[in-house]
Formats: sequence, C-alpha cells, structure tokens
Amino acid sequence: MSTRHIISLLMENEAGALSRVAGLFSARAYNIESLTVAPTEDATLSRMTIVTVGSEDVIEQITKQLNKLVDVIKVMDLTEGQHIERELMLVKVKAVGASREEMKRTADIFRGSIIDVTESTYTIELTGAGSKLDAFLEAIDSALIIETVRTGASGIGRGERSLKV
Amino acid sequence: MAWLAGRMQEFLTVAGQTDYPPGFTNDLICSQFMEATGAEIVVRCLAEEGVEFVFGYPGGAVLNIYDEIFKQNKFKHVLVRHEQAAVHAADAYARATGRVGVALVTSGPGATNAVTGIATAYMDSVPIVVVTGQVPTPAIGMDAFQEVDTVGITRPCVKHNFLVKDVKDLAETMKKAFIIAATGRPGPVVVDVPKDITYHTTEFTYPASVEMRSYNPVVKGHSGQLKRAVQMLLEAQRPMIYIGGGVVLGDASKQLVEVASLLGFPVTNTLMGLGGHPATHRQNLGMLGMHGTYEANMAMQHCDVLLAVGARFDDRVIGNPAHFAREQRRIIHIDIDPSSISKRVKVDVPIVGDVKHVLTEMLALLKQAKDKPDAALTAWWTQIELWRAKNCLKYNKQSPIIKPQYVVEKLWEVTKGDAYVTSDVGQHQMWAAQYYKFDQPRRWINSGGLGTMGVGLPYAMGVQLAFPDAQVACITGESSIQMNIQELSTCKQYRIPVKVLTLNNRYMGMVRQWQEFFYGSRYAESYMESLPDFVKLAESYGHVGMRIDKPEDVEAAIREAFSPALKERMVFMDFQTDQTENVFPMVEGGKGLSEMILAEEL
Repeated sequence: MSTRHIISLLMENEAGALSRVAGLFSARAYNIESLTVAPTEDATLSRMTIVTVGSEDVIEQITKQLNKLVDVIKVMDLTEGQHIERELMLVKVKAVGASREEMKRTADIFRGSIIDVTESTYTIELTGAGSKLDAFLEAIDSALIIETVRTGASGIGRGERSLKV
Repeated sequence: MAWLAGRMQEFLTVAGQTDYPPGFTNDLICSQFMEATGAEIVVRCLAEEGVEFVFGYPGGAVLNIYDEIFKQNKFKHVLVRHEQAAVHAADAYARATGRVGVALVTSGPGATNAVTGIATAYMDSVPIVVVTGQVPTPAIGMDAFQEVDTVGITRPCVKHNFLVKDVKDLAETMKKAFIIAATGRPGPVVVDVPKDITYHTTEFTYPASVEMRSYNPVVKGHSGQLKRAVQMLLEAQRPMIYIGGGVVLGDASKQLVEVASLLGFPVTNTLMGLGGHPATHRQNLGMLGMHGTYEANMAMQHCDVLLAVGARFDDRVIGNPAHFAREQRRIIHIDIDPSSISKRVKVDVPIVGDVKHVLTEMLALLKQAKDKPDAALTAWWTQIELWRAKNCLKYNKQSPIIKPQYVVEKLWEVTKGDAYVTSDVGQHQMWAAQYYKFDQPRRWINSGGLGTMGVGLPYAMGVQLAFPDAQVACITGESSIQMNIQELSTCKQYRIPVKVLTLNNRYMGMVRQWQEFFYGSRYAESYMESLPDFVKLAESYGHVGMRIDKPEDVEAAIREAFSPALKERMVFMDFQTDQTENVFPMVEGGKGLSEMILAEEL
C-alpha cells in the first residue's frame, strides 16, 4: 500500500548536489511530489525536504539509496514519528466588487495575509500543511484565481527529535 | 622570481642553516616548495597512489597532463585506440589485481566514449578513477569545442564524480576519488579537470587521507544479527550458500571456503562470483541463474535456509521473484551495500558489513558453537546428487563440427585451470562461465551487470599488463570481438601476448538463440555477414592468426598458442563453431528458477 512520506536530509552544500538527488529519483522511477532545498544555518550544509509516495518497500529503498549518495550526510523519514509540516503558498486573485470583501474574510479565516493589493487584485500569503492550502483553494471561487505558487512542504520533527550533523 | 628567493630563505630558516648544505642544488631546494601546476599535481597524485598503469588517449583538454606524463617515469601510460577500451583495460586491471584502475581521457567525445566503460565498471562495482579533461572553466556552458557536461552525463553511472573548479582543491579531490573508488562498495569515480586548472599553480601536498563526514562505509557486521544467522544456519535442514561478486571484490574467498567447509553446505556462485568458491570443489554446484546448472537452480529454489554473500538476487539470478518466493525459505544476506538488501527479495537476517570481516566473525562463532549442522543435511545432499546426476552440461562430443563448449573445456585443460579468462558478452560468455572451472577468485573477468559487448580484448590487455607472466585468454565471439578490434593495434605496440579464442558461429549467438526460442526462428539482423579473414587481420597487426575448422585440431591449436614458442606473441584463434548450438540449461525471462529448459528436452 502506498503512503505519503516526508523525507528530510542533510547534504554537503555543493554544486550539483540537488541534481544527484533529483537524478536518483528519476533514474529509479521513484515518485516525487515536491522537493525543497536551501542552505542551513551552517552554510556548508543543505537541507532538503522531499515528499514522496510509495509502499514501505519503496520508501525503504529510497532511504537507502539516498544514504548511499556520497554527498548525503543524514536521512530521516519525518513521517515515522511526530512532526510538523508547513508549506507556503502565494495566491493572486481577482478582487473586485462583492468578491473583494469575501476574499478578505476567507483569507482571515485561513489566517492568511494580504501582502499585495491593486484595485482589482489581492495577493494572499498562506502557510500551513498542504491540506490546509488545498482547503483554501477549494473555499474560494476558482474562477477568481489568477495564479498560485507553492513552495512544497518543509518539515521538522516534534520535541527532541532532530536532524543534525 | 621574488617568491623563490623568499622560499629559499624560508628553507634555510626551517633547516636552521645559514647556507645550503653541500650537494644541494637550487632545483632540489626549490622542489620542496615549488608551486606545481594542476597537470603536475594530477600526475604526482597518481604516482603517490602507486599507480602502475594509466590507460588513456590524449586530446586538447588534457595536453598539459600528457606533457607532464612525458616528463615522468613513475607510471606507464598505455595508449589505447579508443577511449572505451582505456576504461575497460583499467577496469580489468582493477578486477584482476584488486587495486584501483586509472584511465585518462580528453573532454567531449573522449568522455562520452568512456561512458560505456564507466557504466560497465559501475554495474560490477569495480574501483576505477577516470580523469577526464574539460574545457577551460570560463568556457564551460558556452558550447565550447569538445565540451560536454561530463559530470552530468556520468552521474547515474558513477559512485561519485567531481568537477574541479580550483587548482587548490585538486590534490584533495584526487585523494577523495581514490578513497571513494576503493572503499565500501567499490565503484568508478570520475574527476573532471578543466584545462585552465591544469596550468594554474598552487603548492602541492598530497594528503595521506581525507575525512568525509558524509562518507563512512560500514565494515563490521551487527553482532546480534550474526548470532541469529549462525543459529539459523545450524538449524537448517536444506541449507544453501549463494555467493556473488562481493566475495571476489571483498577478497573474502578464503573465509568463504572455510565457512562452507566447516558447515558442509552446498555452494553456488553467480556469474560474478565465479572463483569465489572453487568450481572443482565437491560442495560447489556451479553457477546458478538463467544459464545456471540444474543442481544449483533446484537447490536454490528448494533450500530452507539461504546464506547470500555479496550477491544481489538480480533478475538473471533468481528469475521471477514471485516464483522464487513460492517456496518458504529464510534468508541471511551479507552485503556491504544496505540498498542491495531486501531490494528484490525480502530478507530475514540482514547483515551490513564488509564480507571478509563478517565471514571471519561468523567463522569464529561457528567454531565456538556447541551445535553441529543438522543431520538432515545428509538427505539434502542425496537429493542434490540426484539433481547433479542429470549432468545438465553434457553436450555432443562426437560432433563433426566444433562445439563451442569443447573449445572452452580444452582451454581449461591446456591452461590447467590456471589462466585469467576474460570474455565478451553472449553465448560464448555463458559457455566460458559453465565450462572453465575457476578455482581462484579474480581469474574470471567479464561484464556481468551491464553486459557490454567488446570488453573482452581490452580486459585481456589490462590483465596481461598487470600480470606479464600469466596465461591470459579472451574467450569471445566474432560479433563481440569486432566491437573493440582496434585494440589489436595496442597489443602490437605494447607486445601484449594475450590469446584470443573466437567462437565464430557467424551469428550474434545469444540473439540468435532467443530468436529461435521466442521469435519463431526469425533471425532478424543477427547473422554476421561480411566477416573479415581474422587470420589475415591478426597477421596484418603482426600477430599470429589461426583458423581452426575441425574438432580434432582444437586442442593442438590451443596448445600451440600457449606453448613457449608463442609466449611473447599475441595469438588470434578463429574457431569455426556449430551455428546451431544453444546455451543450456536456460530459464526464460519471467520464469522461475526451477522451470529450466534442458538440452535433452528439445
């Protein structure tokens, strides 16, 4: 049975590091739902969050294959324990007439903030688990959406659980 | 040269002298501090690593490196005729000696020609370092002449690769390349060196070792798992030991033989594991898999406890995994690569570690154990002997046409089983694996994983250079040999006296066999037309050519080829073999191991 997993990893912050991971997923036909990467507080390290879907066997192989990459230092399947997941979304919507006020109210309900305004548009910033962002997009009239951009999930373990060198 | 004067002063200060000691020349003193160019650094790193041979082909991007090679005599450069052969030869050198092989090629087409060789080494986990030239750093990405993204192209078929962007990183990168290639599960490492880096200068020191926080291969096996494994082995009713290339690569065959002998269990080798356990040993059931022996495949399918060592249950070995899983068995799997464990087959006792290390510990535990192997073992051997009695490798020895199997058997007899045998890919490869009884590891050199036609001749070159006095035979076919036939020229230049045995059936034999079985004997493009006269071809390169048409001439020809009179000569034997011969037993793709087609059934 396939389930969704969030895999976090630390790797050497070197040119080509991202392509090694992306290449591994395509070469071995693993699913990739989203992938985010940025340097950590230690600039020699990159932290990557990969959201993937697969059976237990496939996820085990993904973890092993990631660990096998020479540049990868540590790999953790966040979904194996308590964790927090967040994703950032920016949505540009049409905001004219009655829908302008309605859009503001909906954004407030979802604890989003309007970060750019024109006479006819709002740009709304939302943070949360992917499902919350999906829910927001469902809650507004799809005809009003001009553009959306999402970062893909980032995640961190709860409590003492941490991923560090 | 102000810096030079400064260096000289520094030397005197460090040495606590007021003037140079007698006999010290300026050159000698300068060499302590002299800034080295990138090209010098590459060459000095190779020398520091104790490299004996660099197989290569020059070109624009590596001319500085070649200029430095010209000036040194620490290692020998072997000029091949095609970059693919350079990598294959380096690969074979590594397989035969256990040391890291080295190839050097230029940018662009040099690198792309090397890719097949790199992928071949990757699939069989062979430690090689390939230095590729690259266009100068400012030209990268400009679609410069002979530019390719070598790091990008080779990424999926290397253990690791590097693009050196600063000459200061060069020595450390070379050290890392050698460490990564040789340790853990070995594999090829590519170091891509832009041309400007080869003339930039820096101070050269070669690090004795380099720490990599992201790279720490496991050596020692988990002691708890080891204990469980030993218990399981001693309880086994129908045990089986299945060994792969890991035993050969890990230099663990001595330990493996001890464990197997102590337990008295049957042993089978994969294609890559041949020689890991002696083929002529009573406990050895021969190779398993698609063209494995009847007894090996049946025992593999019906065993109740399987000890897998340095093997990876690949599709050519166990056939259909669902069929394999129909029989209940518990599996202990020792491998240095965790990702090889539970990849195709679920394993009960995984032991990640260096095979030699783990087997040594296992041996100690077995010796301490109070229990002995289960008495049921006797009945199991009785069953195995019944399977063995089928004599699945028998063939018609009365044939008036040369049988390919016969050639391999005679080669084994003449060389007393002591030759290094390389092969290409196809039917002849399987016959070589089945009929040459390898009793020692690192004697069988072939492309198992990637199945690269054309490796045979360059493999033989790499082995012969490593062991100049050894008997080296290349068993090949008329199709495979033509994929790197240009290396006859290299053999001439360096007087490499390999013996080529071409099993010439005028077909791509394995393709023909599959077409006969699965495509209604429609032999689409598998007939090799317009073959050269191999005798004349060999002679044109100054080698000895022989054409053998009759079975009664086979042995004499091989004896002559390996006689002292021709010891220094390269000999090309063209055996005209039976076109209709097929490799048996055979497990069709997608079928189970016990569903073999045997020769007698057709």
